[in-house]
Amino acid sequence: MKFRLSAMAVVAAATVSVACGDKPQALNAGSASKQDATPFSGTGSAYMDTGWKAGDKASWEQHLKTRMQNGQNEYTKAN
Amino acid sequence: MARMKFVCDAERCIECNGCVTACKNENEVPWGVNRRRVVTLNDGVPGEKSISVACMHCSDAPCMAVCPVNCFYRTDEGVVLHDKDVCIGCGYCSYACPFGAPQFPSQGTFGVRGKMDKCTFCAGGPEANGSQAEFEKYGRNRLAEGKLPACAEQCSTKALLAGDGDVVADIFRNRVLKRGKGAEVWGWGTAYGSKQAGQPPAGAAQQPAGVTQQPAVKS
Repeated sequence: MKFRLSAMAVVAAATVSVACGDKPQALNAGSASKQDATPFSGTGSAYMDTGWKAGDKASWEQHLKTRMQNGQNEYTKAN
Repeated sequence: MARMKFVCDAERCIECNGCVTACKNENEVPWGVNRRRVVTLNDGVPGEKSISVACMHCSDAPCMAVCPVNCFYRTDEGVVLHDKDVCIGCGYCSYACPFGAPQFPSQGTFGVRGKMDKCTFCAGGPEANGSQAEFEKYGRNRLAEGKLPACAEQCSTKALLAGDGDVVADIFRNRVLKRGKGAEVWGWGTAYGSKQAGQPPAGAAQQPAGVTQQPAVKS
């Protein structure tokens, strides 16, 4: 009897928590939209900032982090 | 890299609307559409606070959850984007969004309520990076140019921070600790740990309640 009750509780808990699942939200996971290029692949235009290599994700990330510190954190310069 | 995030520092925002202007200019946003707005609480009252609001690129975006045609997606960098070729302009996303981010042009496809337009974190959309089609539909793709969103980069008081969430958090935490104010706000302990939460500025601990701290005079 005790086993049956615990089994029922487990089944009930599993049923209730089904709605708590996290659906994938990436481009290829159910979205109807077209493909999108990665930002680190660059645009090839003359307006691209220098100091990083298009196609190299690590250099793009590092470049943005440096740009953030230089442009948005005045404490690195003033204090 | 963490997810791309915006943070607006209410202690610094001076309601200049420069971010709104920069966004409209950079992305050539049409009349009637404001991807970014400055919201002021207690406007005109001493102590008023302003913050700049746009799409917050939610980790679990409600707009994405309610979209009947699945036009939304999230990039690896955490930017929530949508495909205007799929959008049917139903407006569900605008009801779902707690920030009022989705905007609808009054002139365009579908007449009165055109296809949804919102902040893209200056990351364009599902067209070739830097292409004319991408610019016309979604605006400038500054991320692919190795830049950050125009609104944050031009902010004169650096109230609006944008970029890698970890770096944004580092800059903001350091700022609050240096100025000795801000850690008392709701959510600080959750975001940065409870050590600094509620701590008054250094030197103000012994003062009785109601006494305002005078600025230090250098001799």
